[in-house]
Amino acid sequence: MKFNNQEIKKIAYLARINISQEEADQIENKLIGILSLIDKMQEVDTTAIEPMAHALDISQPLRKDEVVEKDIREKSLLLAKETDQSLFIVPQVIE
Amino acid sequence: MLNLSLKELSVQLEKKTFSSVELTQFFLERIKLHNPSINAFLTIDENKSLLMAKDADRIIQNGDKKALTGIPIAQKDIFCAEGWRTTCASKMLENFIAPYNATVIEKFNQAGAVNLGKTNMDEFAMGSSNETSYFGLVKNPWDLLKVPGGSSGGSAAAIAARLSPGATGTDTGGSIRQPASLCGLTGLKPTYGLVSRYGMIAFASSLDQAGPMAHSAEDCALMLDVMIGHDIKDSTSVERKNENYLPTLNDSIDGLRIGVPKEFFGEGLDVAVQVVIDNALKEYTKLGAKIVEISLPNNHLAIPVYYVIAPAEASSNLSRYDGVRYGYRAAEYDDLMDMYFKTRQEGFGEEVKRRILIGTYVLSAGYFDAYYLKAQKIRRLISDDFRAAFENCDVIMGPSSPSVAFDSGEKKEDPLKMYMQDIFTISTNLAGLPAMSIPVGFVRNLPVGLQLIGNYFEEAKLLNVGHIFQKNTDWHLASPKGLV
Repeated sequence: MKFNNQEIKKIAYLARINISQEEADQIENKLIGILSLIDKMQEVDTTAIEPMAHALDISQPLRKDEVVEKDIREKSLLLAKETDQSLFIVPQVIE
Repeated sequence: MLNLSLKELSVQLEKKTFSSVELTQFFLERIKLHNPSINAFLTIDENKSLLMAKDADRIIQNGDKKALTGIPIAQKDIFCAEGWRTTCASKMLENFIAPYNATVIEKFNQAGAVNLGKTNMDEFAMGSSNETSYFGLVKNPWDLLKVPGGSSGGSAAAIAARLSPGATGTDTGGSIRQPASLCGLTGLKPTYGLVSRYGMIAFASSLDQAGPMAHSAEDCALMLDVMIGHDIKDSTSVERKNENYLPTLNDSIDGLRIGVPKEFFGEGLDVAVQVVIDNALKEYTKLGAKIVEISLPNNHLAIPVYYVIAPAEASSNLSRYDGVRYGYRAAEYDDLMDMYFKTRQEGFGEEVKRRILIGTYVLSAGYFDAYYLKAQKIRRLISDDFRAAFENCDVIMGPSSPSVAFDSGEKKEDPLKMYMQDIFTISTNLAGLPAMSIPVGFVRNLPVGLQLIGNYFEEAKLLNVGHIFQKNTDWHLASPKGLV
């Protein structure tokens, strides 16, 4: 398996995690080890086997579109670093 | 009060030998005394707990007492409890005050139980030693140099040290059973979907399941009675009639067929642990059970499959921590993207970042079929192994963990060694089956746990089989020296 510093940085970018050169170096061997563990799966022939997404193989249930939650807007807004009235504030994205 | 079971505490509260306030104060005092050395609790709120105890005393006075009314229960810090700091042991949620109750918390509240505080854990439940907590490791009350197991290590240590008579845990790959094993407790992971995941901070949604941890199977039955039930707020919650787990506890186990998978007794298992497990199985045969050799031929693939599925789901679940609506936000950043990148770099610990990266990798373009889809297919093979095994046995038994509690720091730098801790527990999460750990002896003065795996929704049988063992042995009553 090819798994190098470059690849780690690409994945970190996809995961939106800043990663320093030092961190990338430290994590490289550990990730290679974990991926070689995962690669044991490739020994198994899985042709014609249905993937299992849910332990009980049940489908998504539907319910009526009714409000069942309490209104926690005020409490929720208090948890944010920056708000304006009922809005969450982030750095400007549109010029 | 120190060594009374939940059932005995319930009887004494009913008789008014002591009040819930007195009982709660007793445990709060013990926490004050011992928590500095064990670090089992992350948040204590005396006022809130005592207020709940007062309410419980009123209910008892009015004669409306239920089984757990007035009994203090510690809650793993993965459950949102309204008004309580809920951190998941992460810097990311260090100052998060939950604005609502998890269904599990709501159910304990309705049962009149007292929330004794929030217990330490591995960060976002990712770990098997409680060493990944942002708030420091938890010590094993049996030997303070050892780990308590994880991720529900704080809950396990709290009960073992008699800081709480019972606690909740969650189990994604063994996080209830392995710490129960390492701390000499009884812990049950129910069938996937039996207990609502609403308000339980998500790690790997197709595997996560909450369950009870206590000294005995009987106490776990009392707690499970409260925890279960269909919940429209959790789309994976199963719709079925609620069982009561107490009436069948004393059923005879004469003729019970115990399946023993040969794959659970091979390489990697501490020989001394195996001796203790063999003795426990002999005890079961004395009690009328029969041993049947079975095979779970794909069990060796459980860890590889788990380390695709769990990180994949985690990478998706943990994308919500972006510093916008709640949780940590980096102090300095240039723009929105930079805010995301720095917030997630600074807010997540090393193990969590590692798993997010693995998850992102296996889901990324070009790798999905080779990893995620492949893992889901082998997941079915692992699940089918159990279906076949249960044709020939009623319950499966083996070790909960390959070893007794190990030294703090021993495996921390080697993720692969740490991941092997869950070699006997992970396959049941993948299959969605219920499984339990009960204490069955000691190796080098450290507890050993026997794992009991049941067929789907056979929690009552597991609790019954565990209870019969505990009626005839006293391993579950042993307590660590020095703390009690």
